[in-house]
Formats: sequence, C-alpha cells, structure tokens
Amino acid sequence: MTLRNRWRKILSYMMLSLTGVCAVVAVATLFLILGYLVYNGWRSIDWNFFTQLSKPAGEAGGGMKNAIVGSFQIILLATAIGLPVGFLAGVYLAEFGGKTFAFLVRYMADLLNGVPSIVIGIFAYAVVVVPMHGNSAWAGGLALSLILIPITARSTEQFMTSVPQTLREGALALGASKWKTIATVVVPAAYRGIATGMILGVARIAGETAPLLFTSGNSDNMNGLNQPTASLPVMIFYRALSPYDDWHRQAWAAGMVLLLLVLFANIAARLILSRGIAVQK
Amino acid sequence: MATSSPVSAPPPRGARVWFGRLRNGDEVARLVTLAFACTILVVTVGLIFQLWATSALPRHKFGFGFLTSSQWNPVTGEFGALPFIYGTVVTSVLALLIAVPLGVGAAIFLAELAPPRISSTFTFFIELLAAVPSVIYGLLAFFALVPIMRDYVEPFLKRTLGFLGIFSGTIFGLGYLTAGVILAIMTLPFIISISREALLEVPTEQREAALALGATRWESTWQAVVPYARLGIFGSVFLGLARALGETMAVTMVIGNDPKVHESLFALGYSIAAIVANEFSEATTDLHVQSLVLLGLVLFLLTIVINALARLLIIATARRGSS
Repeated sequence: MTLRNRWRKILSYMMLSLTGVCAVVAVATLFLILGYLVYNGWRSIDWNFFTQLSKPAGEAGGGMKNAIVGSFQIILLATAIGLPVGFLAGVYLAEFGGKTFAFLVRYMADLLNGVPSIVIGIFAYAVVVVPMHGNSAWAGGLALSLILIPITARSTEQFMTSVPQTLREGALALGASKWKTIATVVVPAAYRGIATGMILGVARIAGETAPLLFTSGNSDNMNGLNQPTASLPVMIFYRALSPYDDWHRQAWAAGMVLLLLVLFANIAARLILSRGIAVQK
Repeated sequence: MATSSPVSAPPPRGARVWFGRLRNGDEVARLVTLAFACTILVVTVGLIFQLWATSALPRHKFGFGFLTSSQWNPVTGEFGALPFIYGTVVTSVLALLIAVPLGVGAAIFLAELAPPRISSTFTFFIELLAAVPSVIYGLLAFFALVPIMRDYVEPFLKRTLGFLGIFSGTIFGLGYLTAGVILAIMTLPFIISISREALLEVPTEQREAALALGATRWESTWQAVVPYARLGIFGSVFLGLARALGETMAVTMVIGNDPKVHESLFALGYSIAAIVANEFSEATTDLHVQSLVLLGLVLFLLTIVINALARLLIIATARRGSS
C-alpha cells in the first residue's frame, strides 16, 4: 500500500468518525437542555407554583396559577379558531382545489407559515388590540391561531392526498356523493395523520412567546377573556430577565413545566402516527 | 387532486344540474371548504396590507434612508434600521457558520453510516430538539450559556485571535456571539433533518459507482453523494437562515439590547425582532410605533425571500431524486 493510499484510508476514517461526533453533539444538546432544565426546575417547583397567583415585583412567594390557566385559555381559543379553519382549508386543497386557485392558497399558506411570529403579533395587535383598547386573551388566541391555521391546513392536505384514489372510487361507485365519500371514507382513512399534524401544531403554538407579548400581555390576576391574560411563556420571559432570585426560580419551574408539556405532546403525536400506518397501502 | 374520477358521470352543465349538486351536498361542501381556504388568502393579504398601511409615516419621512441610518432615538424622533438589520444579519450568519458544518456532518452520519435503528432514534431526538420553545432556549442561554461565554469562550478567543477586530473589546457574556451560538443550536435540528432527507434521496448507484472506481467510503460520500444532494442541503441552510432571522425570544434575552453598530462580536447589539419585542408595547408616538411596524415589514420581506429560495431548492432536489 502506497503512502498516498494509506493517507486516503486514514482520512476516510477520520472524517467519518467526525460526522459521528457531530451527530452525538447534536443529540447530546437535547439531553443537556432537558437535564439542566429539569435539574433547575425540579429544585424550584412546589405546590404554590400551581395553586397561587403570581405576586407583583418586590413581594416574595407566589406561584403561576394565573399563567397556567391563562395559557390554557389562550391555547383553547387558538385551537377553537385555528383547527377547524385549517382542517377545512386542508380538505379544500386536497379534494376540491383546482389548479390555479389551490396553488395560490397553498402558496399563501406557506408564506404565512414562514412569517416570523413577532410579525404575527404586530398584525394581531393592529386587528384586535387597537379596536378593543387593550390586551386580551382573545388577541393572544387569534395571534396563535394565525400560526396554527397554515400548519394544520398543509398537514391535513398532505395526509388526505396520500389516501389512495381507489378508496374514493369505490365509495363513488357505490353511489355515495362526493362529500359523503370525503366524510366517511377519506377522512377516516387519514385521521391518524391529521390528528398528528394537529397535535404538533398545538404543541408548537403552546411555546410561542413573541406573538403574545403585546397581544395577551401579562397580569397577576385571572381576569376574563377581555382582559390582559398571563401565560407561561411570557411569564418565563419576564421572570428570567428580572433581578430577583425568587423569580428566577419561578422561571425555571415554569420552563420545566412548559418543556415537559410540549415534549409530551410531540412524543404522543409521533406514537399516534407510528401505531399503525396512516393509510393502508 | 381528486378531480372527477373515471366512474362519475360526464361533467353536467346548466343551473338545473348545479342545484342538483347543491341538494346532494357536494356543492355545499365545496363552498364551505372554499370559504375556509379563502380565509388563508385573506389573512395573508391582510397581514401584508396592514404592515404596509401602518408604516406609512416613517416610509414617507425617512424613505430609503431608514435602512441606512443608524440613529435610533425615540426622544428626538429619529429612527434608522441599520443597527437592527446589522444585528439580525450578523447573528444569523454566525449561527450558520456554526450550525452548517455541524449539521451537515451529523446528517451525513445519520444518512450514510449509522445503522437504521440508531439513525431513527437520533433523528427522533433531533426532531424533539426542534420542538423546544424559543423562550426556553432563551432561558438556558441567559443562565447557562452567558456565563460560559463570559468566563471561558470569549476570553480564550480574545487571547488567541484578539488581533482580529471582531474578537476584541470588552467582554460582557451577552452580545452578538452569544446570540449567534444560541441561534446555531436552534437551527441545527432543521439543517440536520432536511439535509438527511436530501442525502437519503441519493440513489444507491451513485455510491456504488464511486466505490467501484476505488474511492474510499469518505471520498464516495464527499465527492459523489453530497454533491448530488447539494440543492437539498442548501435548501436546509436557507430554511435555517429564515428561522434564525425571525427568531425573537432567545435573541432578545442574550443580545444585550444596544442599538448601535459594533465591529466586535463581543459587543452588545440589537436585532429587528428584539427591538420590536422590547419597544412595541411601550412606544408612545405614532412615528415610533410605525417605525417598529416598518422594521417588522423589513423582517417579513427578508424571510419571504429566504424561504422562497429554500423551498425552490428543496423542490428541485426532490424532483431530481425521483427522476
């Protein structure tokens, strides 16, 4: 073996092991993040975190009951608007869409999907907060729904188009109308995929902070939907940047709760999808 | 998809038939879903219109000078976007410089070398990494990354590469470099998972041919497989870039919030998304608010262009992979 060939072999092994190192570093990051967050969060969390309202600056103690409830309110609102709209738009794209118009809608959905979330916040501020003269859970919910709609629409479309054409033809041949075919054959065949897309979408908006900063705002109380509403991500942001140690602990606890919720939803969604293939091919 | 299938009747004409379709529900279903599809159109167009309409004041007052001025003073009513555009671009480019080699390396390992079980497990974890909310990255960056950068990384860079202007000056821990590092961690999962898919699209013959010619495993990967998938890899890079440009929370928490242009990467800076997040709810004058909206518009246009490029490249590779 010449020297040059030996060098080529060594280089090959070196570079290939280097790619392995890259992969290990990437995965290790996840465990470092998870470990560090759970370590700090676990030390900081207590019952007060779940049962008490947050306190204004300078007062010790308090929890994040208002932020937890507020987060659920905002996400519920966003889901109630975003999922139906996204789902039905996805059905249109998959089943009724022609060429030009469907292309336009698809393009706009992708465009909306790529809009930085802070810009969505500016839009929701102009559309809801300005007319209502103040922050509200509605504004936050609407902002998040605008993120959810394109995600749901595109994933619904994707899973419905992967349902084989023969299933539709079978139903139509039996005399079913088109919408009956869609409702009783196509959607049931694709429901695992559709559900997965929806859960992933909701998990994504659950952690969004930027669009909430000036739409739902923040509050130390639990008010109605028309009032400023606290949420976990916004709370984490303000508490982390505060000068108080006690607030830092609360930020860690909230961070752990939020991360575990989001990761749990992600894992659940993937399990639903892998438990049986979305479509029998 | 799913236009008229071969078994259905030939396309009927006339109002009578249309009412027939209406009665059996098809037309109703089509119109209802069409209405919802239209909301996507309306929202997106409305968003662009809103950004344009509510940024008229600074557009008329400053014109294109808005993009090149580095004055940002709400008290005197002077607004220029340069420090923010600079901060956004510098942090995003730093993020790519770190994330692209690491991400492409990991993707090569996952697509070419790793046994399927390890590859799918690693990919699963990496996709979870993409799901971590940005405020949590910010929290970790603020409490864990900033001290590391301040005490170890930045002093080391200053000692070894301090003669370069970009690694000089006071060390804060916060600043462009720290923001770039956290953005790199955040864009890494996107680069890995899309590059990996692009690499998996490469036909096996491509590898076999290179190996048969006597190439080593690495030479076959680097000279035959990676060039074949390069469009998809570029696509993943642009997608990561678009995400880094629009990223708000993590950057806001570590960039230092100083609206000036600095040469040193250790210096405190500002980004477009960060200034909007920090000042939008506190802005009092119309000019201030509208300048922030205009910054939002600039950011929006920037990400549209980058996203479009990414999508084109990814589509181009997918086409070639299937042909």
